[in-house]
Amino acid sequence: MTTREPVPFTQWDEPEGEWTLPGACPVRSNRTLMLEAAARFLFPTVLVFSVYLLIVGHYAPGGGFPGGLVAGLAFVLRYIAGGESEGAEIGSRFVVRPPVLMGLGLLVAVVSALAPVAFGAPVLASAKVTFEIPLVGTVDLVSSLLIDIGVYLLIIGVVLDLLRSLGSGIERDAREAAGEEAGP
Amino acid sequence: MLALVVAHLVVAALLPLVSRRSRRAAFGIAAVLPAATLVWGVVHLGAALGPGLEETVTWSAALDLELGFRLDALGLVMIVLVGGLGALILAYSAWYFGKDSRDAPRNSALLLAFAGAMLGLVLADDLLTLYVFWELTSIASFLLVGQGGLHRANRRAAVQALLVTVFGGLAMLLGIVFVGESAGSYRISEIVAAPPVCGLAATGVALILVGALTKSAQAPFHPWLPAAMAAPTPVSAYLHAASMVKAGVVLVGRLSPGFADRAEWWVPIALLGLVTMLIGGWRALHETDLKRLLAFGTVSQLGFLMVLFGSGDRIGEIAALTMLLAHGLFKAPLFMVVGIVDKVTGTREVGALSGLGRRLPGLAVAAVLAAASMAGVPFLLGFLGKEAAFEAFVHQGGARGWVLALGLLTGSILTVAYSARFLWGAFADKPGLEPVDPKRPAPGLLVPTWTAAVAGLVLGCIPPLVNALAQPYAAAYPATDATEADYHLALWHGLSLPLLFSAVALAVGLALHVGRDRITGLHRALGHPLSAQRGYEVVVAGLERAATQVTGRVQVGSLPVYLGVLLCTVLVLPGIALITGGVWPRDQSLVSSLLQLPLGLIVVVAALALTRVRRRFTAVLLVGAIGYGIGGLFVVDGAPDLALAQFLVETLTLVAFVFVLRRLPAHFDPDGGTATAPGNRPRRGVEMRKAVLATVAGVFVAVAGVVLSGARQQPPAASGEFVARAPEAGADNVIAAILVDFRALDTVGEITVLLIAAAGTASLVLATRFDRRRKAGGGTPEHEKEVLG
Repeated sequence: MTTREPVPFTQWDEPEGEWTLPGACPVRSNRTLMLEAAARFLFPTVLVFSVYLLIVGHYAPGGGFPGGLVAGLAFVLRYIAGGESEGAEIGSRFVVRPPVLMGLGLLVAVVSALAPVAFGAPVLASAKVTFEIPLVGTVDLVSSLLIDIGVYLLIIGVVLDLLRSLGSGIERDAREAAGEEAGP
Repeated sequence: MLALVVAHLVVAALLPLVSRRSRRAAFGIAAVLPAATLVWGVVHLGAALGPGLEETVTWSAALDLELGFRLDALGLVMIVLVGGLGALILAYSAWYFGKDSRDAPRNSALLLAFAGAMLGLVLADDLLTLYVFWELTSIASFLLVGQGGLHRANRRAAVQALLVTVFGGLAMLLGIVFVGESAGSYRISEIVAAPPVCGLAATGVALILVGALTKSAQAPFHPWLPAAMAAPTPVSAYLHAASMVKAGVVLVGRLSPGFADRAEWWVPIALLGLVTMLIGGWRALHETDLKRLLAFGTVSQLGFLMVLFGSGDRIGEIAALTMLLAHGLFKAPLFMVVGIVDKVTGTREVGALSGLGRRLPGLAVAAVLAAASMAGVPFLLGFLGKEAAFEAFVHQGGARGWVLALGLLTGSILTVAYSARFLWGAFADKPGLEPVDPKRPAPGLLVPTWTAAVAGLVLGCIPPLVNALAQPYAAAYPATDATEADYHLALWHGLSLPLLFSAVALAVGLALHVGRDRITGLHRALGHPLSAQRGYEVVVAGLERAATQVTGRVQVGSLPVYLGVLLCTVLVLPGIALITGGVWPRDQSLVSSLLQLPLGLIVVVAALALTRVRRRFTAVLLVGAIGYGIGGLFVVDGAPDLALAQFLVETLTLVAFVFVLRRLPAHFDPDGGTATAPGNRPRRGVEMRKAVLATVAGVFVAVAGVVLSGARQQPPAASGEFVARAPEAGADNVIAAILVDFRALDTVGEITVLLIAAAGTASLVLATRFDRRRKAGGGTPEHEKEVLG
């Protein structure tokens, strides 16, 4: 039986594995196991919750704005846990540029606002479709949900943009400033 | 008609797909639509010359907005210019821009989009519709003059053109509203049928005139037009000779039947038109750049057209329509000639061209045809128009008639002189100058030039054809006597005063050209006592200086000052209203639920503590506590939606604050609150003032909240029917129904604002990095890349 080196007290919560990592995090001393594990488990859950808020918004508290904020906060959690990544790809290999997300959200909202005109209805008119899904029951789909989806996407984009500019932007700024001071 | 306009815009949007494959094909496809427009116009000839062809598309019935179009004789003539010449110029462009020119894709799409906007403008029968297309043409002009924005000359010219025409356009919009509101209709045909008579309408008419005068480059707004010659020649030929600059003249022509007898209408038109004609002609005599020579010629001719369209005289209006057509048909080929000369010799300077006429006789003949039409030589369309113009004012007589007749005669003399100067400058053998050695021009350049030039000859030889177009237009003006009623365009009216005028113009004009050296000497001696261009520069520079000064005073860069101004404004404006009109609600209870007490206490304590803390982090946490406390109050008062949003926003704000705090000192005082040096601490008086302002503003907001909640006069909107109808909007949640149904427009607007704010924040935060690193930071490619993500 081999004896392992005792882990110093100051490092006991530094994770060694990669599995908890949402993004790239090169500096081990900047990692905390608690936060990373929590982020790992909470992130998908919170995202699902945000979609729930989005859909349920027409009948209960929720909607595109709170839904988008909740999803945005999930990304914030991930950013804080994973740190050190460009705002755009926080916690994922799937890169979406925040401005694109914002533009997409506005596009969805505006197009769905104008779409009724194509059917001869006034701008922003909404329609309701009710159908039965086995096991789930009666589901009402309202066309104004599309506007809510636009809002949802836009808010996520805004939060990601915030992470990009105020989060990593300032972080890199600080690093560069430190580098410049140390340099000459 | 709307479909035709939209087709132009749609095809223009798709054109870049074609020009990626082939530049020429793109211009070819672009030329199809204007040609089709011309065919469409000819098909509807009968209706256009008779009752007029109308089309109305209701855009927003609730706001009484509609897109109104009407094809009449004036519209038809403009279609010949916009569609016919447009097709020719687009075909010409296919060869003018090289096979792999980088500018070709942009120009083909923009030219076609412009053609669509211009078509909408000339067909519009609704003043607001007209305004929309009017500004679209200004924007197209800005983009086409500015080109890629690579050259300073292009940028300056584009900005000047935009500033002047949009200034006029805004004045016009105001005028349109005045006239439309006082007439009770925005329909041009209805306004002209029953022109409003009141002070408001008179002001409106004068303001509309400002728009027309700036767009048609009338003095003193004219310098933008010669400056716009920085654009490629096809653009100048199309926008700044054949079509766009005619917009002002056409608008005057449209409104003249209703307003021609008003002094506020005809006096400025006649005066400025005449002055413009003379200034333009005089300046054209001294230009050495052929293109600028033509540009001043255009200015001069636009003045001429302005006088004619504003005359309100039956013969004058016949002359106006004829000259409108003639000007397009001679000025466009002249520009195309300049383009070819520039292409084959590499210069358009009068002093560098010699012997081109003998080398390229075909081109020279086309130029002579066009220039002769401009000078008013018989058998050409320009002659018909000029004869009619002289006849109109000689027949009118009186002081006004004779002043205008002699003024136009002087202008025509100058026109003949600069026409001769153009031909001499481009094609003559000049002693002491090496003859140029031109390349052979491509047939694709020559054919459109010839087509346009010959059209002027053909129409000039068949006066009844043009007569058939002009008579229905002029029919809107009642004939005062038999001469006016019987007048028709003809090559021979017998030996008459107008014919003498034409002969004098030709003879004196040629004499002026022969004595050009002496004229140039006179020009030098006179100098430039008053320069409109300098006037424009002074105005723009003055505006910039004023803006800088105002900004320097108002934007001091101090957050407390901004906040103080905001709070003071809130206190003064709604504050006075509150004191004078507010009534304290009687049934206001202090506490409605026991839970409000601890929550309120948290908020109050946190707010008080906030004023005493020295550490930024503590302050942020306290602000968060206030926010959560308010969210809690929302829950207690039964507003879960609001509470949810409040909690989420509060959390996000907290996170954002923490991000920013990393770069800020830990304490508000630079020395961590231990400083005793008097210079570092804010002065006691300043602190007191801030405290008083904050207290008063806070008390005000609290009082206002209570008073306003009791100030309801209408029955509450959220009761009864409103709640009952929420399920109709597909929602059981009234708040959601409000957000995405009843107030959906607001929601779309709000998220737009949010997007702009986020984009602004990101670019500010990211831009400062580069600003710090290098002095000229703002627009570096890396900065742009970073802001885009």
